[in-house]
Amino acid sequence: MPDILGMREWTVRTARLMVGIPDYDTYVAHRRTVHPDQPVMTYEEFFIERQNARYAVGKGRFRGCC
Amino acid sequence: MTAHVPTWNGTQSKFLWVAIAALGAASFAIIALSRGETINAAWLVIAAVCVYVIAYRFYALFIAEKVLGVDPNRQTPAYRHNDGLDYVPTNQYVLFGHHFAAIAGAGPLVGPVLAAQMGYLPGTLWILAGVVFAGAVQDMTVLFLSTRRDGRSLGDMIRSEMGPAAGAIALVGVLMIMIILLAVLALVVVKALVGSPWGTFTVVATIPIALLMGVYARFIRVGRIGEMSAIGVVLLLAALIYGRTVSETPELAKWFDLSGETLALTLIGYGFVASVLPVWLLLAPRDYLSTFMKVGTMILLALGILWVRPELKMPSITQFVDGSGPVWSGTLFPFLFITIACGSVSGFHALIASGTTPKMVENETQIRTIGYGGMLTESFVAIMALIGATVLEPGIYFAMNSPAAVIGTTAAQASQVISGWGFTVTPEMITQLAKDVGENTLLSRVGGAPTLAVGMAHILSGMFGGTTMMGVWYHFAILFEALFILTTVDAGTRVARFMIQDMIGSVVPSFRRTESWSNNVIGSALACAAWGYFLYQGVVDPLGGINTLWPLFGISNQMLAGIALIMCTVVLFKMKRERYAWVTIVPTAWLVVCTLTAGLEKIFHSAPSIGFVAQAQRFAEAAAADKILAPAKTMAQMSQIIFNNYLNAALSALFVGVVVAMLVYGFISIRKALSDSRATAIEVGEALPGASHA
Repeated sequence: MPDILGMREWTVRTARLMVGIPDYDTYVAHRRTVHPDQPVMTYEEFFIERQNARYAVGKGRFRGCC
Repeated sequence: MTAHVPTWNGTQSKFLWVAIAALGAASFAIIALSRGETINAAWLVIAAVCVYVIAYRFYALFIAEKVLGVDPNRQTPAYRHNDGLDYVPTNQYVLFGHHFAAIAGAGPLVGPVLAAQMGYLPGTLWILAGVVFAGAVQDMTVLFLSTRRDGRSLGDMIRSEMGPAAGAIALVGVLMIMIILLAVLALVVVKALVGSPWGTFTVVATIPIALLMGVYARFIRVGRIGEMSAIGVVLLLAALIYGRTVSETPELAKWFDLSGETLALTLIGYGFVASVLPVWLLLAPRDYLSTFMKVGTMILLALGILWVRPELKMPSITQFVDGSGPVWSGTLFPFLFITIACGSVSGFHALIASGTTPKMVENETQIRTIGYGGMLTESFVAIMALIGATVLEPGIYFAMNSPAAVIGTTAAQASQVISGWGFTVTPEMITQLAKDVGENTLLSRVGGAPTLAVGMAHILSGMFGGTTMMGVWYHFAILFEALFILTTVDAGTRVARFMIQDMIGSVVPSFRRTESWSNNVIGSALACAAWGYFLYQGVVDPLGGINTLWPLFGISNQMLAGIALIMCTVVLFKMKRERYAWVTIVPTAWLVVCTLTAGLEKIFHSAPSIGFVAQAQRFAEAAAADKILAPAKTMAQMSQIIFNNYLNAALSALFVGVVVAMLVYGFISIRKALSDSRATAIEVGEALPGASHA
């Protein structure tokens, strides 16, 4: 990933990560390079998976309190 | 990056830093030395920014390079476990935003407002000194340690570095802080909404709006966060504006004009329902809305302060440093240092810095920006909250923040009592302000949120709209605070439920299965009952609740920071970096002294407004003489208050016990580390020679 992002790109990625959705393109690129033989989630599946993971209750999932 | 970046030679750079230091010193001189005349908030902002810049450039760099020894060539867990989901190497500025959004919450907004009763100077100095030497150091060090351990949690790290007993004690501490945190935050919302149809209507409206957004993003246009948030914001603003109509229409207003007791019970019931509903329906969409609104409003407030540059009306120091303050009781030391927790140093951040952030760090050298820089930003939010409270007329501030038991229930009584303290305020000023912001009364609106909302309305209406917009800005600020507090209540109840299930599960293994619906219902009920008990107790408390619960929250939060910093110190010794261990020992020592003193005073102090035992005895003696003390109306309520005070004393004793026990385990671990000639810290992975991921 490039170190320098444009303002727009930075805003979009930051806003999404703030609510627990990492960059989808990065995920796709990662799956294509590392696991080319395995299926890749669609954006919709990816969103639902991440949304569940963010609120899955477990250790190390503390957020936004003070 | 291509060239065109100006290159600074040594002399130019030195000159720049000397200039920043001189500007900072000059601003401090103005803040600290002005007596009698008001000063401009801009000086506070300049002084704070100079301190942050210098601390970040020099102290944070020293910690990163010398104390921790960050290694740019060492592989981070984001690469080692890269799965594109939890572990993703992430641009440091994107991750900074994520981390800041995760640590920022209601804490830095409320604490400084409460601390303003002693004047703006003590709070400012503690916020700045605390963040530079304690808070940011803790956040950065914990982030570093977790990054070196595959992103493991604070509890896991304490267990592996200090032993299972220390880990178990820390876990009890974390559960206690969760419960007190949820109770006190819920109390802030209750206090802000009592008898306020406009505010209550807008907050209630967030529920159907969130449900709609949830369905939209799950079924109609899956994952379109931008669209769903835009819809949510528009509906929310519509509810905010319509709220005025609701409050002015008696038939509608009566449904939203609620007492503290009703609001508390509603909130407890709501918390229970919300924590058993599927997350996508209510929690997630409201979380999106509150996150964006939180960050957006903080940026707006910063712009407002810079644009309006309001005068600080509060004196730099008030007579209440002696402990006689009406907002909360207790002397400057130790109580200021637990009243402002978040913004200076917050133990809660240690949980977040060992959560999702370390799994995304691209390179160890970026830990300074994310950990130290993120906490400096949070501290700036605290400075803004302090400005928001101190731009108000001091008389108004005390009218809003003193309990009814002290200032009475009418504007005339309040004005008389407060003028007696030397802060001029007329009954007309109090009623006019309430009218301006569209409330029936602003008297005894304790809890910090309404005060900050008036301060924000004051600043933001100076930027847009003038006095006619005061009501909308006030309720916008209340909505913004209530929104993310309620998100915390939902999410926190789930975390508390998990911890309770985990603890009970160690005795009854079947209770641990979190996929079982009945386990979750029982766990949620227990969690809500726990924080709900303290919330209700706060609502019926003789001194307004905040006076009781906020110190308990502050003590528990600083206790957790103490625990995290003890762990950091132990690991520095185990890494054979004891030469630099003073960096964490100094803040640890200060926090231990503050929490132990405050904890013991809360138990044993002879003044009933400070000591829980003294308060219990006061009510017990009255009950024995068959007298009923306000706010109790029956003998049953009297015994309830007596019981509550003993319970709070026991809780304080528990906090003191946890701190002492962790201290003992810390010393044992350090002695063991010193007796071994090798480094004994348990890290994951090795430095990869020559491999760079930057």
